[in-house]
Amino acid sequence: MSTDKGLDLSIRSVTKHFGQLQVLKGIDLEIEPGEFVAIVGRSGCGKSTLLRLIAGLEEPTDGEILIDNQKINGVHKEIRVLFQDARLLPWKKVLDNVRIGVRSGSIEIAREALQEVGLADRAEAWPSVLSGGQKQRVALARALAGKPKLLLLDEPLGALDALTRIKMQSLIEKLWREQKFTSLLVTHDVTEAVTLADRIIMIEEGRVALDLRVPLPRPRERNSHFLQLEKVILSKLLVEENDHIDSRQNQVI
Amino acid sequence: MKQLSLQSLAPWGIPVLVMVLWQILGQYGLISNQVLPTPSEVLKAAIQLTEKGELLSFIQASTGRAFLGFLIGGSIGFTLGILNGLSRIAEKLTDSSIQMIRNIPHLAMIPLVILWFGIGEEAKVFLVSLGVFFPVYLNTFHGMRSVDPGLIEMGKVYGLRGWKLFWQVILPGALSSILVGIRYALGIMWLTLIVAETISADSGIGYMAMNAREFMQMDVVVLSILLYALLGKLSDWIASLMERKWLQWHHHYRKTIMN
Repeated sequence: MSTDKGLDLSIRSVTKHFGQLQVLKGIDLEIEPGEFVAIVGRSGCGKSTLLRLIAGLEEPTDGEILIDNQKINGVHKEIRVLFQDARLLPWKKVLDNVRIGVRSGSIEIAREALQEVGLADRAEAWPSVLSGGQKQRVALARALAGKPKLLLLDEPLGALDALTRIKMQSLIEKLWREQKFTSLLVTHDVTEAVTLADRIIMIEEGRVALDLRVPLPRPRERNSHFLQLEKVILSKLLVEENDHIDSRQNQVI
Repeated sequence: MKQLSLQSLAPWGIPVLVMVLWQILGQYGLISNQVLPTPSEVLKAAIQLTEKGELLSFIQASTGRAFLGFLIGGSIGFTLGILNGLSRIAEKLTDSSIQMIRNIPHLAMIPLVILWFGIGEEAKVFLVSLGVFFPVYLNTFHGMRSVDPGLIEMGKVYGLRGWKLFWQVILPGALSSILVGIRYALGIMWLTLIVAETISADSGIGYMAMNAREFMQMDVVVLSILLYALLGKLSDWIASLMERKWLQWHHHYRKTIMN
């Protein structure tokens, strides 16, 4: 594993409250440089909040987040985020949107990044004429044009159709293997997590409920190992779900 | 090509038809000259006034006032809209006062304005500024507040701050609303000017109309009304040009489906 590219991420007893609501109740995680980690969990479990804390868009109530042993303070310049909606500026053409991600503002680097995601021919198009998958590819180009050392992916493929999603997954995997940045993917899609991640972390009720390595060779095939792993995670998710419902019912009674 | 020119002529179909009908009805005495002069008579009056040099100077006087007032009122409205959109403190300080003044019809200020400024240029420019200020302010402020917060967040993640964030994300996001305000303000601008000039003026189109009324020159009265219509159309056309230039990314303003 190359250590000269990705950032080392360390999360130490991080909690986050929104008023009375306790979203994260103490998260401890060590993520190695270049690692691809997927965070799964039911909606509302706090996984997106964790990502926003790492991105510097929110501050933890307690605990600390260290990047290469430095406590983060606001938005880190080596971190890029791929949001669920592409968030392209509709008033800039595709190439100029990608250029926002280039630190030097160089148009050549933007063009190369667009080439990487296979959209070089759409450089002069307005974002509004692109399909959902194309928009997300432009957003990926914009994120990678800055050569980030940590890429945060907040359910970036959730809104895409199945076929586009599979294509995007292999594109992300390919670029990650080439550029060796650390990746943190938040998703509710267990198959996606098993396809992409070295390690899968399940968050439940604001805590880490599962931390599982994925020892499958890449590119991953849907063989029996794959399916078995998927089943393990899914059943764990479902058990938690039932417990959750049970405890709620008990409270009501 | 033929279709294109036909399409660009289409909006003029109804005005031309009305003119022709009006001319015919007037010529055959179906509409009395005392009620409405025919288009050809109005045209004749226009030519005569142009030869005397009055028409052009009146048009100049009116347009000058209109745009000066628009510039003053519009830029104050724009600046305050931007300021209040960016800063909650500025909004707290000024917004409710502005809303209070907004509810006074600005034309109700005419008697006061005449007492303040007399019937000189200042009175009319002041009234136009006041009328134009509110739509520009309101729409700029609204535009600033309705910029997609997701885009602002994206900008921050990508290291855009301060001036860059404003110029690349916030202002373009607010622009379509700002242009709606400008377009609306241009309408108010002419309306205010017409009323102001009709009540008190010593030059301009409104003055020409009031003067003509005293001498029962129907053709000149109608001419001034038509001039206002044309000038209004002209400023609307300028507004739509701005929209087309600055909002070409917006599907609504794009001429063709693909770029």
